[in-house]
Amino acid sequence: MALLEKRDSGAVLIVDRYSKVEEDAATPESGDVLVSLERLEAERESLLARADSVGVWLRSDQSPSGLADDLGKIELVALDFPVFSDGRAYSSARLLRERYGYRGELRAVGDVLAEQLGFMLRSGFDTFEMASPNALEEFATIPKEVRVVYQPTGDGLATATELRLGT
Amino acid sequence: MYHYDEYDHALVKDRVAQFRRQVERRLSGDLTEEQFRPLRLMNGLYLQLHAYMLRVAIPYGTLDSRQLRKLAYIARRYDKGYGHFTTRQNLQYNWPKLEETPDILAELAEVEMHAIQTSGNCIRNTTSDQYAGAAADEIEDPRIWCEIVRQWSTLHPEFSFLPRKFKVAITGSENDRAAVRVHDIGLIMKHGDGEGAGEAGEVGFEVIVGGGLGRTPFLGKTIRPFLAKEDLLSYLEAILRTYNMLGRRDNKYKARIKVTLHETGAEEFARLVEEEWAEIKESSLKLPKPEMDRIAAHFVPPEFRALESRATAEEERAAGDPAFASWVRNNIVEHKASGYAIANISLKPVGLPPGDATSEQMDLVADLADEYSFGEIRVTHTQNLVLPHVERSRLPELYDRLLAAGLATANVGLLSDIICCPGLDYCTLASARSIPISTQISERFADQGRLDLVGQMQIKISGCINACGHHHVGHIGILGVDRKGEEHYQIQLGGSASEDASLGKILGRGFSADQVVDVVEQLVDVYVELREGDERFIDTYRRVGQAPFKEKVYGTA
Repeated sequence: MALLEKRDSGAVLIVDRYSKVEEDAATPESGDVLVSLERLEAERESLLARADSVGVWLRSDQSPSGLADDLGKIELVALDFPVFSDGRAYSSARLLRERYGYRGELRAVGDVLAEQLGFMLRSGFDTFEMASPNALEEFATIPKEVRVVYQPTGDGLATATELRLGT
Repeated sequence: MYHYDEYDHALVKDRVAQFRRQVERRLSGDLTEEQFRPLRLMNGLYLQLHAYMLRVAIPYGTLDSRQLRKLAYIARRYDKGYGHFTTRQNLQYNWPKLEETPDILAELAEVEMHAIQTSGNCIRNTTSDQYAGAAADEIEDPRIWCEIVRQWSTLHPEFSFLPRKFKVAITGSENDRAAVRVHDIGLIMKHGDGEGAGEAGEVGFEVIVGGGLGRTPFLGKTIRPFLAKEDLLSYLEAILRTYNMLGRRDNKYKARIKVTLHETGAEEFARLVEEEWAEIKESSLKLPKPEMDRIAAHFVPPEFRALESRATAEEERAAGDPAFASWVRNNIVEHKASGYAIANISLKPVGLPPGDATSEQMDLVADLADEYSFGEIRVTHTQNLVLPHVERSRLPELYDRLLAAGLATANVGLLSDIICCPGLDYCTLASARSIPISTQISERFADQGRLDLVGQMQIKISGCINACGHHHVGHIGILGVDRKGEEHYQIQLGGSASEDASLGKILGRGFSADQVVDVVEQLVDVYVELREGDERFIDTYRRVGQAPFKEKVYGTA
């Protein structure tokens, strides 16, 4: 599994500094941790008071609305694609970026395929956990294959309408 | 009609190049069929019973002659010389070769066409009234809004992996020819009432959500009586986002928005949409007036000549030629401009599959469009073609040209104008054949006098419960099922997809393939016997109920 972070052109491989805390394990005393929404709710005070970074992992059926108040203290939100065809995380990503003003790392995890990278970038994801052995190469080419966009999203790309009107 | 600008062209071209790469990777073995499947489906390429099938989008059913000639050429060059017009105003090629599909898409891109989002769990081709821009009863041309929705929905980053496919239909007339109440979203253009639902005289949309056929048919419910035009996209985005997050993903048969609406309750669903909409109403989704005007300018009507409303040539011919008179009565519809007519071209000849057209027929219709209809053609959801702007005085010559090509069947809106899915002759999902039932019915009712006598009648045939042939909304609906390996057919009565939309009710036990046509004939006989005045089949059925029909068919009430 490779972790990629987007750059102005393509992406780079990065090291995952977070340790994912599994359901039945105790939260480690120190270090950067990635926890479930349930754990965040149960251990909210101590987690948000840590010196090290805290990330939250949402299943695709969990809405990000419950995180809104804590986003200033959360440095990573990981949204899961249990299968590529479960598109709920696209909505969650846009809500986090465009409604709740989240500026930290937004990571796509699960069934993250090259052909969907373009949609994920447009929805606000900036890191990607990918199983493909060619992930870096795919990232460099595939999301740019279709260059025109019609929909305004939080990514700031000029839409066809905006280009037409020169706005 | 709409013409691509540099941005629309660039997107479609990029998309063709992308698909070409994907097909190359599939052919080289770099991608497995399992990995390739979602990619080809995003470009309308299905794997059917015998071959690949490519579904080409005909946005809101509008074509120009250049595009129709290209469709004819593709059928001849890459397929078996014919195409199939579908109930979603699209065209299907039944025999393309995988390695040639990128070339087909490149050919389509040359004439501003594509196959994007003609399959998959995304927003499909937006459909509309086939008489848009020509109908006398229209408030405004709905295609302006269809095109705006087409662009917004194309490769939408958030809504390309919905719980299930999603279909939008828009009509500009209160006489609903677009079946908006059986779509995921149906929009009806209407005037504001000045009393809360829009300013008096302002034109906007009534928003209907959650209609659909398939295994569990529902008629859509109005969740907003009036929506201003500039808010169209923000409101659609609010509906789609609510559905994307709420719609069921555990069972594909419960994943359509109709089930979400049913399980959540229409009022609660509307509340959720309104809440979401309040957050994005004033965002950059608000349509800028210059963009609305730019798109509307593409749909300015052609320059109609000032003509007398009655045409002597037409009347004289009709007086002496009953076949022509039938064609005018059944296939010609009133046009908004004096002296013009809307001419339907039936693709339901006796004994042939509904909706099929050969390359030669497509070429001819393209020529006729150039000569008689400002180069415009429409595709109807009832699987026919339309020349939308024909001078009445030229109807006789148009008729003669159509007649010579086998395209003058005078049955539009009548019993043999059957909607029919491809069924077990082509489709992997089908339980039974539907095309042979359709052709047998058309053969039984081949006599024009009898067709005219029976009058307005909708028969709709589906080869399985997915209901692609719309059997739930046929005056007579026929559903093919598999009963212990035998093709078997259930009959439903009383459905309608028009402004008086209703779902049909099952008549009783089903029939074998060789009984169906006799049963249809019995049902028609009961109607003819019981009708009063100028009642249509559906009117008589609604007045007298199922009993007399049951009694005739089963011998008991």
